[in-house]
Amino acid sequence: MNVKTLHKGNNCDFLFKDKMPEFLSKHEYTRQTIFFNNPPSIVGKMAVGGCKEGDGPVGKYLDKVHCEDKIGEKTFEKAEIDMLTEAATGAIKSSGIKKEDVDLFIAGDLLNQITSSSYVARDLGIPYAGIYSACSTMSEGLALASMMLNAGYFDNILCATVSHFATAERQYRYPLEYGCQRPPYAQWTVTGAGATLLSRGGNGPKITGATFGKVVDWGTNDLNNMGASMAPAAMSSLIAMFNDTGTEPDDFDLILTGDLGKLGSDILRKLMSEAGYPLGQNYIDCGNMVYGIDQKCYQGGSGCGCSATVVNSYVLDKVISGEYKKVAYFATGALMSAQSCYQGETIPCISHGVIIEA
Amino acid sequence: MNETNRRNERYNEYVKSVTPSTSTLKSLLNSFWIGGLTCLIGQIIFDLYKWIFPQLDATNITNFTSMTLISVAILFTGLGFYDVIARRGGAGSFLPITGFANAISSASLEFKTEGLIFGTSVKMFSVVGPVVVNGIFWSTVAGIIHLIISGLML
Repeated sequence: MNVKTLHKGNNCDFLFKDKMPEFLSKHEYTRQTIFFNNPPSIVGKMAVGGCKEGDGPVGKYLDKVHCEDKIGEKTFEKAEIDMLTEAATGAIKSSGIKKEDVDLFIAGDLLNQITSSSYVARDLGIPYAGIYSACSTMSEGLALASMMLNAGYFDNILCATVSHFATAERQYRYPLEYGCQRPPYAQWTVTGAGATLLSRGGNGPKITGATFGKVVDWGTNDLNNMGASMAPAAMSSLIAMFNDTGTEPDDFDLILTGDLGKLGSDILRKLMSEAGYPLGQNYIDCGNMVYGIDQKCYQGGSGCGCSATVVNSYVLDKVISGEYKKVAYFATGALMSAQSCYQGETIPCISHGVIIEA
Repeated sequence: MNETNRRNERYNEYVKSVTPSTSTLKSLLNSFWIGGLTCLIGQIIFDLYKWIFPQLDATNITNFTSMTLISVAILFTGLGFYDVIARRGGAGSFLPITGFANAISSASLEFKTEGLIFGTSVKMFSVVGPVVVNGIFWSTVAGIIHLIISGLML
């Protein structure tokens, strides 16, 4: 492991008056970012969303919008499986690669034992590696797939993830029709699935680097305030990436976080500017943009479908059209369970990122 | 206290200071008029029953009124209105008997997909369980206290 000096991060007066946080005060960090000498390209993609997402600002970029919550199925879980299947097969189709040529399917979701992904893998018949990284599943999948492709083990890898408002709500919170008030800082789980097909050859946007995050826990324990819990994780991985690559926030056309929401992304801006990496106009958060202000979704979207749908629709479209040349996609995930929170544990968070270049 | 704890404490304070909170006045007003309206409707139903069935005594009419309110709340839950009302009503829609009916019926509906035994029957009280347990426990405590006091007074 390389140990380098952390160049910045000394002016944290705002939050940390008498002593700097452990994370910044170490003045050293281990290298977290890897660079690919054979960068894999994104050859296929598909984003499927629900009705609410279809009405949102990125709605017109989605490949498919389902306005029926259960998509004609008996349960919400089955609907989730349908959405993921649709995204996965759609991504393969859009690339023009045959299904038999896809070597590996890397997927995950929010449900216990990542059942949705496993059922989809059963029906797809592609070798499968299930992963769980909560809402950062998509970026973790992309990072892992890029490494495998760069190393030459496989030729084509399909990464996908899905979340559904109703299934997440029932697992993490209350029954759907239960009349409870949400605090104004709550977020709304995105109903949607995204899939990306990466290939060793081929034309398309390239993934040139990946950053694996550390688990960061700054002692928050409010299940409804996910943005504030995850912002330090995003900060940790972003700073690691800027240091590893020797870049500044301005070197990117777009810096994208997963689902911090409005509150979380405001906190991240503050943290980053305290650490000496102020984020400018080029920073956006998927959770903040997936719903319109008039849609009453509090702080915005969350869930692994959130960044997966936005990246596989709006962002990659803009990269392909040449509007964005260099994008840092850092999804964040909260790695708690309902039990761990009731037992008084704080919320551990993580952020994995990939660098996408046109 | 070590460095990490201090950082976490400071961060939590900061988060608290930037997190928007619910407006107390607005919540109070909303729960007041929605809760009040529920009670008003209950009173109207009570008076109607009294007018239609003059031979019934007040206890019976009260029971019928509660049953009507519960049925309506369950119907609203099934049709998907109740959570929309409750999003605004807060305690005003949670405290009356209708809130209890909504909590039971929403859980039964939600877990129907796991079957009638392992789904509906097991999970029916998942939300109201604490209310039932605490209701019984504290009313027992209150009863014992009442018994002791009234016993002392005799």
